[in-house]
Amino acid sequence: MARTLSMKDAINEALDLEMERDKTVIMMGEDIVGGAGAGGEDDAWGGVLGVSKGLYAKHPKQMIDTPLSESAYVGAAIGAATCGLRPVAELMFIDFLGVCLDQIFNQAAKFRYMFGGKAETPVVIRAMCGGGFRAAAQHSQMLTPILTHIPGLKVVCPSNAYDTKGLLTQAIRDNDPVIFLEHKNLYGSETDVPEEAYAIPFGEANISREGKDVTIVTYGLMVHRSLEAAETLKKEGIDVEIVDLRTLSPIDMDTVLESVEETGRLVCVDEANPRCSIATDVSAQVAKDAFKSLKAPIGMVTAPHSPVPFSPSLEDSYIPSAEKIADAVRETMGA
Amino acid sequence: MSNPFPLEKDKLIEAYRTMKTIREFEERLHVDFGRGDIPGFVHLYAGEEASGVGIMMHLKDHDRIASTHRGHGHCIAKGVSVKSMMAEIYGKATGSCAGKGGSMHIADLSKGMMGANGILGAGAPLICGAALAAQKLEHDGVGITFFGDGASNQGTVLESMNLAAIWNLPAIFVVENNGYAESTSVEYAVASDSYVDRATGFGMPGITVDGLDFFAVYEAAGEIIKRAREGAGPTLLECKMIRFFGHFEGDAQTYRAPGENEENRANNDCLKIFRSKVTEAGVLTDAELNAIDGEVMTLIEEAVEEAKAAPLPAAEELTTDVYVSY
Repeated sequence: MARTLSMKDAINEALDLEMERDKTVIMMGEDIVGGAGAGGEDDAWGGVLGVSKGLYAKHPKQMIDTPLSESAYVGAAIGAATCGLRPVAELMFIDFLGVCLDQIFNQAAKFRYMFGGKAETPVVIRAMCGGGFRAAAQHSQMLTPILTHIPGLKVVCPSNAYDTKGLLTQAIRDNDPVIFLEHKNLYGSETDVPEEAYAIPFGEANISREGKDVTIVTYGLMVHRSLEAAETLKKEGIDVEIVDLRTLSPIDMDTVLESVEETGRLVCVDEANPRCSIATDVSAQVAKDAFKSLKAPIGMVTAPHSPVPFSPSLEDSYIPSAEKIADAVRETMGA
Repeated sequence: MSNPFPLEKDKLIEAYRTMKTIREFEERLHVDFGRGDIPGFVHLYAGEEASGVGIMMHLKDHDRIASTHRGHGHCIAKGVSVKSMMAEIYGKATGSCAGKGGSMHIADLSKGMMGANGILGAGAPLICGAALAAQKLEHDGVGITFFGDGASNQGTVLESMNLAAIWNLPAIFVVENNGYAESTSVEYAVASDSYVDRATGFGMPGITVDGLDFFAVYEAAGEIIKRAREGAGPTLLECKMIRFFGHFEGDAQTYRAPGENEENRANNDCLKIFRSKVTEAGVLTDAELNAIDGEVMTLIEEAVEEAKAAPLPAAEELTTDVYVSY
């Protein structure tokens, strides 16, 4: 039965159900329980934003707090994944990727290939991503393009609570390393979410809004900004279709191409920095495979080529807004 | 004459055979690489055999090891097929990793060998994971990471020692100290006179042994591994040893003192030391050991011939094995 759930609670529920179903699923990370070794309450934090609150009481042997040693515990999660466990390591903020990147891109991502197809590394690395928290340059990045660039990794970035539960369940059951990115500004967003476990397959985009004039391809928080822009544009007689990629590796280019072949116009919206981004990747593939369908140059709305600023006025202009998206669509329409 | 060693005669023969196999494997690679037969680059373990074999004699398949860029010896000692390794180093489809890994990535998870590794110090977090899995899945397996004096300065190693200590993991940190990080002396690069002190700093025992003495390594490793299996936690083991070749093949080794290599070959050879101990004790004879030498030479020759004759990977293998499913 479905009821309304926030994205944050959907994550908690997916972890809970999978840890209950499969005792080899373990979760590890900094303060995911909280208060380890201290004199106060058990489960003091349940994660820095409370996402895993309550899971320790239900699965005490499967919840492991770690020291602040991302290389060591992310690497340990990866090593354990090759030894019969299905670890979910929480990296807290994807910005901490730099500290442990070797374990992710030189170890987990490459084992299967380097070892001639004989390794399976069923590890999930969860991390918060994205801006809008006034958390500045080292706690607000998207970094999705860095991750999608690496063969051997799967990269997921859901836009709503329903998808989050289904995609996280799939990530935990998946036999490849998965980077699961949770936009921190969507933690409170709610949708109907079924109570039972369900998995959404990777590589299947979702059409968030059907339309016939312009295709917007996007993911994460930008799905919501694009929906907002689409409502404005509707009043101007512009009918926008929105493709929510949901998983960035694998990427569902079939759905993108089918949509662009129908609308003839494409705007890519990406919260990541613009160079070698998801936006440029999708644009290049559409230009290559659906050039003849295009009635206008491809539009792109991205963050600028700068770090994420602190001051709210600057950050608000850093993150693509519904207005900027609407402008890009109008330009594509020749309006 | 009674056997003064902690191993029965058949186990002594096994130890010698494995050490000799590693030695001849590496000597042969030195020659074949110099001839241009082998692509890429190789880092040879010759001279260090007593460490890998002295430790691995205690292990079973469900014990996991993470090796280094200098990994051939660890692979052989952990039971990876010599012929499939040779084929791998020759880049052939019949190799341990189907020709996709090469010298620096030989692995055989079915033997508990989690891979040689091109990234120094990267194995330490991985074996913490292996040890954690043993702990959670409630079996008596241990995880052992090997790293050199060079990689002992990597943050991953130090973070992992802390992690293993706080979680009381069945993890063992083996420093194979051959005195050189590539060309840089341990005297220059390591800010401590003693690895035992480093271990103490992380609240775990540390032991330094003469890595040229198979029996010293074997006995120390036996204690440490038993301790880990019994749930008493991690230990650091430093094996002081000699690297017979350069950092990689083609290294002119101009950093070495004059006569250093010749002196090591003459007087610091762990195989010679093993041979004199077992023959002087009258447990094994030169004739028995020479017979093993002959068998090893035959094995290596066959491995090279089969590797050379084996097919290259098929072109379509370029993009397979990236994912389980995609």
